[in-house]
Amino acid sequence: MSAEVIVHCRNVAKSYGLGQERVQALRGVDLDVHSGELLMLVGPSGCGKTTLISVIAGILDPDEGSVQVLGQDMRTTRGSARTRFRGTNVGFVFQQFNLLPALSALENVAVPLLILGVPRGEAHARAQTMLERVGLGGRSRSLPAQLSGGQQQRVAIARSLVHGPRLVVCDEPTSALDQETGQRVMEILREVAVGTGRALVVVTHDARTFGFADRIAHMNDGRILDVVQGSTARAHKEHQTWE
Amino acid sequence: MGDRAKYIGIIFGITFASLLITQQMSVFTGIMHRTFATITDVGQPQLWVMDPKVAYIDDIKPLQSTQLYRVRSVDGVDWAVPFYKGLLRARLSNGTFQTVSVLGIDDATLLGGPPVMVEGRLEDLRKTDGVIVDEVAAKTRLAKPSAVPGQPPQPLRIGDTLELNDRRATVVGLCRTTRSFQSQPVLFTTFSRAMSYAPRERKLLSFVLVGVKPGEDEGTVAARITERTGLQAVRREDFMWMTMMYFVKYTGIPINIGTAVLLGFIVGTAIAGMTFFNFTQDNLKQFGALKAMGASNWVLLRMTILQSLTVGTIGYGLGVGAASLFGYLARNSELAFRMPWQVLAISAGAVLLICVLSAIFSIIKVMRLEPAIVFKA
Repeated sequence: MSAEVIVHCRNVAKSYGLGQERVQALRGVDLDVHSGELLMLVGPSGCGKTTLISVIAGILDPDEGSVQVLGQDMRTTRGSARTRFRGTNVGFVFQQFNLLPALSALENVAVPLLILGVPRGEAHARAQTMLERVGLGGRSRSLPAQLSGGQQQRVAIARSLVHGPRLVVCDEPTSALDQETGQRVMEILREVAVGTGRALVVVTHDARTFGFADRIAHMNDGRILDVVQGSTARAHKEHQTWE
Repeated sequence: MGDRAKYIGIIFGITFASLLITQQMSVFTGIMHRTFATITDVGQPQLWVMDPKVAYIDDIKPLQSTQLYRVRSVDGVDWAVPFYKGLLRARLSNGTFQTVSVLGIDDATLLGGPPVMVEGRLEDLRKTDGVIVDEVAAKTRLAKPSAVPGQPPQPLRIGDTLELNDRRATVVGLCRTTRSFQSQPVLFTTFSRAMSYAPRERKLLSFVLVGVKPGEDEGTVAARITERTGLQAVRREDFMWMTMMYFVKYTGIPINIGTAVLLGFIVGTAIAGMTFFNFTQDNLKQFGALKAMGASNWVLLRMTILQSLTVGTIGYGLGVGAASLFGYLARNSELAFRMPWQVLAISAGAVLLICVLSAIFSIIKVMRLEPAIVFKA
C-alpha cells in the first residue's frame, strides 16, 4: 500500500500489574495503519484490542517497542505536548458514547473545538455542519438523554470528526446498539469518517460489521495473528463471531 | 452537570454556609456597633478628650473640671463642652430601682443631645428637673405599673417623674437612641443637673467634647490637645474603633460568634465538597473522555471551578437573601443585626473559598485519572 502511514507500531509490548498478578496485554505487536483506510481490530475479550488502540491513540504508554502516529514518536511526546497532539490529531468514538449529559448535541460536538481554543460561534457553526453530515442537523438542541442510542453514537461520531483529526479510534462503536442501528452507524462512519488523509481504527466484536473494513487485524493473547484484506474479511464474516 | 439532585445539594450546602456566615457576622457587627452607641448618638463633636488611661466609652476616669478650660485654649479648637456619663440608680414610682445610663450635656449649648427627639424638645431640658428618656426604656424598663392589677405597665410619659439619687427628675421628652451593648435605659439631662444626681466625687467630668475650627485637621488638633494638656484626644471614628476593639479583645464575643461562622464554613465546604466529589466520581468517564480528547488538567480544573462558582453565586445569593430576610423580620426585636457591605464582601470571600476548595478537592482524582479509563466498558 503506497498511502501515507498514519500509525506505525513495532514490537509494542504492554503489561498490567506486578509479580504473580502481572498480565501481558500486548506481546510484540507490529502494525501499520494507512491514510484512507478503515482497519478493524478483532478478537476475543482480553486479547489486547483495547490496550492496542489506547497505545495508538496516545492515552497509554507501552512498556516496550515503538509507536509513531503521523511520524510523531509517542514515547518521547509526553505531558501537555501529547495532550495537544491528541486534541489536534486524534478523534475518539467510545462504546458508551461518553457524551456530556448536560450539553446539547451541538455543544457536545463542539467540545473538541472549544478545547483547541476555537471561538464559540465558529465552533458551533462547524459542529452544526458536522451534525448535518451524520443526519442529525435537526436534533442539535437535543440533550443526549433525548436521543436514541444510535443517534447518540452518531453525535459521538460527529464529535470525533469535527476538528478534522488524521486518526480516529473507535472502541466497540456498535456493541451498545441493536443490529440495524449498528449497521447504520457503521455506514455513517464509513461514509463520513473515511477519507483522504485520515485513518480509522475500529475495535469490534461484532462480525456483522466486518464488511465495512478495508483490513481486519485478528488478535489473540496480545498478538496480531494475521491481517486480512476487507474482501477476505467479508468472506469470513459468514463464519465468525467473536464473543 | 446534568444531575438535578446533586445540583440542588451543592446549592443547599453553599446557601446554608452563606446564610450562617452572613447572619452570624451581621449579629456580630450589630453587637459591636452597640458597644459605641453613645459615640454614635453624640454626633456633633469631632474629637473626644479623656483621661489617658481610658480604653473605651464605658471606661470612665473622670477629669478635673479645669481641664475643660485647658482644652478650650488649644489652637484649632472651635468649641469644647463638658460631658458626663455615668450609671445611676433610678427609683421608679412603684419603689423599684433600675440602673440607668445618665448622659449630662452642656447646659448652655445642649451639644451632645439625643439624635432624634420623638416627643418634646431638646430645649425642654432647661426646665426644672428635666430629663429626656429613650423611648424603648420608657415603654419597658422604666414603664409604670398599671393601676389596674393584671394590666400591662404604662409607658413613661412627659410629665412623669422618677428619682435619681433621691433627687427628682421630670420627664420632658422622649428620644430615640441607638441600643447600647448593656441595653440600659438612657437618660439625657444637663451637665449641671447630672452633677447633682451623681454621687459626690472630687472629679465628675467624664469627657470633653470638642469641635474643630473649619479648615483645621482633626488629627492635628487632637495631637495638639494631647501635647498641651496631657489628655487623650481622639477622633470620633477612632474612639468608636477603640471601643469596639476593647470588646473584641476582652470579651469572648468574637470567639463565640466566630465558632458559628467557622462551623458554617466547614459544613458548607463539606457539603459542597462531598457533593462535587460524588459528581466527579459519577462522571469519571466523561472527564476521561475530555482528557482523551485533549483537555488538559488546567482546562478541567477551570471548568470545575467555573461550575463551582456558578452554583456558588446562586447559593450565595440565596443565603444572603435569607439572612437579609432574617434581619428584616427581626428589625423590631432586641436582636443586634447589621449587614454592612463589608459583611457581604467577607461572606462572598468565604463562599468563593468554599467553591474553589470544593472544586480542587473534587478534581484531584480527575487530575490523576488515566484517560485510558474511557475504553473500559
